[in-house]
Amino acid sequence: MRSDLFLLVCLAVGGVVFAAAMTLGNDYYFFAGYVVLQYVVLSTAWNVLGGYCGYVNFGSAAFFAVGAYATVAIHRFHPMPIPFLVAIAGIASGVVGLGMGYLTLRLRGAFFAIATLALAVVLETLTVNWDYVGGSRGAYIVRPEAIAPFGSYIRYLFLIMLLIAIGAITIARLIERSRLGLGFATIRDDELAAEASGVPTLRLKLIATTISGALMGMAGAPFPYYIGFLQPSSVFGLDYAINSIAMPLIGGTTSWVGPLLGAVLLGSLQQIATVTISSAVNLLIVGFLLVGFVIVAPNGIIGLIHKYVQHRPDILIGRRRIAADAPGPTP
Amino acid sequence: MTGLLEVDNLSKRFGGFVALEGISLSVRRGERVGLIGPNGSGKSTLVNCICGTLQNETGSVHFDGHTLNGASAHQRTRRGLARTFQLPRPFASLCLADNMRIPLLYSVATRERHSAGDIEDRCLDLLRQVGLDDKARRLPRELTQVEMRKLELARAMASEPKLLIADESMAGLTHSEIEDILTLLNRLNEQGVTIILIEHIMRAVMSFSQRLVVLVSGRKIADGEPETVVRDPEVERAYLGQ
Repeated sequence: MRSDLFLLVCLAVGGVVFAAAMTLGNDYYFFAGYVVLQYVVLSTAWNVLGGYCGYVNFGSAAFFAVGAYATVAIHRFHPMPIPFLVAIAGIASGVVGLGMGYLTLRLRGAFFAIATLALAVVLETLTVNWDYVGGSRGAYIVRPEAIAPFGSYIRYLFLIMLLIAIGAITIARLIERSRLGLGFATIRDDELAAEASGVPTLRLKLIATTISGALMGMAGAPFPYYIGFLQPSSVFGLDYAINSIAMPLIGGTTSWVGPLLGAVLLGSLQQIATVTISSAVNLLIVGFLLVGFVIVAPNGIIGLIHKYVQHRPDILIGRRRIAADAPGPTP
Repeated sequence: MTGLLEVDNLSKRFGGFVALEGISLSVRRGERVGLIGPNGSGKSTLVNCICGTLQNETGSVHFDGHTLNGASAHQRTRRGLARTFQLPRPFASLCLADNMRIPLLYSVATRERHSAGDIEDRCLDLLRQVGLDDKARRLPRELTQVEMRKLELARAMASEPKLLIADESMAGLTHSEIEDILTLLNRLNEQGVTIILIEHIMRAVMSFSQRLVVLVSGRKIADGEPETVVRDPEVERAYLGQ
């Protein structure tokens, strides 16, 4: 399917989701749906670096926080419409992503993961000591009660997150099917061989950290409006780092479908657990599922489906085709 | 500077260990050079320094009229310097055709434009040359060791190199398999590709090379006609002991 057509299909599905939520009429669904969509963006963004390039980022919360705090800082300076905030937050966290890429160019595997974790700690410390955005006391963002034509403000936020999610998925799918995505896969497989084949691995890694960081920041931008009161611990929490790793792993990391599936399943499960059991049980669920999947289905749900439905490795790895008109696979 | 590849006084050390010391080497366009030496003599280190996987401390490498000092490995590949790895390093998650596609997209396509259909045809054509075209959609893990070496060679060929360095492409292969690979290398050479063959199998090296270079303990001890070089007392001593 061509990418513009794919975007149209996504928008149509998004329209149906939004219309369905509007028909239900209960604002709770928007509050819960917002969080699920936020995780769709986070896990899709994580997967650009973690799934495609094989670099495990434990610092998702840092990028999310950069987006959220960009909103707080700009809001204090001069309030702006949320779409602008999303764009600015995307740029800010993209720059942080690029910086992280530069600092960690030579690190691989566990060392890279630890460095990203350290980045989150450093940024949290800076935020706690930055008075302009509230420091450790936190900052209030007063959300307007209603906005035309959606009615309550949460519906508007939900729509924005829905659009960001559609954008993120479209970008991820575009990367997957492009020369860039093929280059990312060689980084994941073997960097030495990639260089020997002419792949500029360092530049590609920087592109990946930038795109991944920017998308995570965009997911964080509307968050202060959603939560109303933002303090460092609410964005730098372990939940974001763990969930944005667990969701793609559970869904499957080799294609854009995986993070989407993982986020929708796990995110919804967490929302249901929050109202039926308790909000503290969330990470426990993630932990159990993650252990279960690592043992039973190391390639996630996607891998599991392909294993049982058909043995076609070319589909399993997500056939990367540069042009839609290239001849079909030979048997 | 008349040769395609000019290595001048190249040295490389790892901490206190001198891996290569003052190596100078000149390879003419279209030549077939054999590079031999006992284990640990620095053959692979030399290849790594020429190809940019390792950076040499002193000395210089010129290739096709450009100095390569400081250039990264991918820049050298794009200039037309390809190598195979001693142990095959395929892209494990990509099918064989996509393994070919990488150098075509990232190396050849940076020099000249190709349509997507062209590239697809080239991928299959390269696999056909090494007899793997019927497995174009398979993953590398389904291949045998021999096929893996052929894949490694085909991927190096895919970048359309001016100089191909084959680092022990034949280790562990049977006679007929060695013949296959030699035929392939000879055919490439006839098409104008300069080849440096690193090999322990003397029969293959002797039949292939026009010139033989011998490394021992990081130093070049002989360079010349294969027949003359193997009779050199110093070479005999290095291989057979005194």
